Amino acid sequence: MTENTTGGDVRLTGISKTYGSFTAVHPLDLTVPQGSFFALLGASGCGKTTTLRMIAGLEDPSTGTIFLGDRDVTDLPPYKRPVNTVFQSYALFPHMDISENIAFGLRRRGIKSVKKQVDDMLELVQLGDKARHKPHQLSGGQQQRVAVARALINHPQVLLLDEPLGALDLKLRRQMQLELKRIQTEVGITFVHVTHDQEEAMTMADQVAVMNGGRVEQLGAPADLYENPRTTFVANFLGTSNLIEAEVVETGSGSADVVVTAGGGKLRLPGDRCTDAVRQGGKLLVGVRPEKISLAHADDAGSIADGRNRVTGRIVDSSFIGVSTQYVVNSPAGAELQVYEQNVERDARLRPGAEVVLHWNPAHTFGLDAAQDIDAGVETVEDAA
Amino acid sequence: MTWLRKNVVVIAGLLTLAYMILPNIVVMVFSFNKPNGRFNYSWQQFSLDAWKDPCGVADMCESLTLSLQLAAWATVGAVVLGTMIAFALVRYRFRARGAINSLIFLPMAMPEVVMAASLLTLFLNMGIELGFWTVLIAHIMFCLSFVVTAVKARVMSMDPRLEEAARDLYAGPAQTFLRVTLPIAAPGIAAGALLAFALSFDDFIITNFNAGSTVTFPMFVWGSAQRGTPVQINVIGTAMFVLAVLIVVAGQIITNRRKKTATA
Repeated sequence: MTENTTGGDVRLTGISKTYGSFTAVHPLDLTVPQGSFFALLGASGCGKTTTLRMIAGLEDPSTGTIFLGDRDVTDLPPYKRPVNTVFQSYALFPHMDISENIAFGLRRRGIKSVKKQVDDMLELVQLGDKARHKPHQLSGGQQQRVAVARALINHPQVLLLDEPLGALDLKLRRQMQLELKRIQTEVGITFVHVTHDQEEAMTMADQVAVMNGGRVEQLGAPADLYENPRTTFVANFLGTSNLIEAEVVETGSGSADVVVTAGGGKLRLPGDRCTDAVRQGGKLLVGVRPEKISLAHADDAGSIADGRNRVTGRIVDSSFIGVSTQYVVNSPAGAELQVYEQNVERDARLRPGAEVVLHWNPAHTFGLDAAQDIDAGVETVEDAA
Repeated sequence: MTWLRKNVVVIAGLLTLAYMILPNIVVMVFSFNKPNGRFNYSWQQFSLDAWKDPCGVADMCESLTLSLQLAAWATVGAVVLGTMIAFALVRYRFRARGAINSLIFLPMAMPEVVMAASLLTLFLNMGIELGFWTVLIAHIMFCLSFVVTAVKARVMSMDPRLEEAARDLYAGPAQTFLRVTLPIAAPGIAAGALLAFALSFDDFIITNFNAGSTVTFPMFVWGSAQRGTPVQINVIGTAMFVLAVLIVVAGQIITNRRKKTATA
């Protein structure tokens, strides 16, 4: 069923879902390229699972159309779609053994000799010796792999994964991320993966769609989303960002630098890294990732290279976490700025209470529309984890 | 003293078991009695007469057959209706769902005599002739509550994602029901069916009110107890008891074996 032609993409056009007066998914357009590993990322209740269930056919969209390749599948029931799902709770049939669970889809389509294919699948997920076990006799990670095998044996055009690693502990989750990625590369089927774990989405997916409040906030490759967030939600939900409220004093044209003031100091950032047109005297949220910032003791301020953005402040907290040390710095420009320093040459003077200068390359600075909630997406990361 | 303290739970358990099983033992022992006169109430001498000729008492085996038939049909009716009601109550939200939920319990809570009398009134007013059908309708009615309760508990603990998974894996509505829903609900349905059969088989009060001239086994026993109790009643009682125990033991063995092969 996997045709290696182009046009095997999943296309959602104007898809939305409302329950009474509640809108779970606002009309959205989304194209998942064939053969890609695509992640829908967002906090619980953002509409990502509903979107997935609409592709599966388990939920009827209120508006819009779903295409698999050139075929309109919007009105097809789930059992007629060439799409299979790995459920969050795995949903393995408790009354059947592992090999019958895996053979289920083949048998329903009237295929009699399933043994060879079932054995191959058990091989792929490395569970050859568990064929006659019942699901409850397997560990969480093993059940998860059975759920993947049960879906993949049908060679679906698209495999949908609904938080498939949510119930596993951290170590196993890391292992299964690699495992799933390996399987995806091996079978070459389009994977659509729903998750609330931004690290999971970034390590596994080729493309990530960040969802919030039933809308897609931003779509792109993980590195692109991380480096160039276009909303405060994406900036805060994907990793950590320092966002500083600033006022524009000099608008740059094209790639020329925009100059802003924040807390009495001047900061520069590339004009093409601002999401909106900047006006003289207008407000802007200036963002920089914590690992891009270097920390210097105030006594060494003179040795910082010219042309770098500088913010002075005082360390209020520091925590040593092995490879790096995380500092929290209060400054006139903004409270509780995060700085991650590699533990290469530790400066013993950098202790809570010390006066410091934060400096970074202006090119690593991005500008966001100041009309947004500066804390959007902040707590949700902790809630979901 | 310490021995007693250690074993007090075991002793209490054994005493309770004896309390429950003693009446059955008496029935069993007296099925081998050769009574002097019409009443089988005092031990005379050992005999296999009754076991050799269980249907030797006039009309007894006819009433037994009738009771078994009634129980079988009542079970079928109650299981089919009760399973559907249980699914409807758990799966769907509809008007009066709460009211139906509590009404279902009414036959369990209501005194049987009251229910029997009101059913009789209903049948008489509707001009329905009393007999097999009125008894069957009554039995299905009171068995229904037990089936619904048993099946509902099972359906409630069932993950709805299992059916979604089946539909996702190319099973249409009928296949989903047959391959996934029914097998998973089966233990609840079986429990409900066993309860229904037992309740219908030994019901006396409601049956007595609504049976007209038909005589079920409990009614026969009651009737004969006035005139004298044939030993054959004990034979039937013992046979039923042994059969029930055998079914339970067989069930246990099968589940144990299944568990063992699964882990091996």
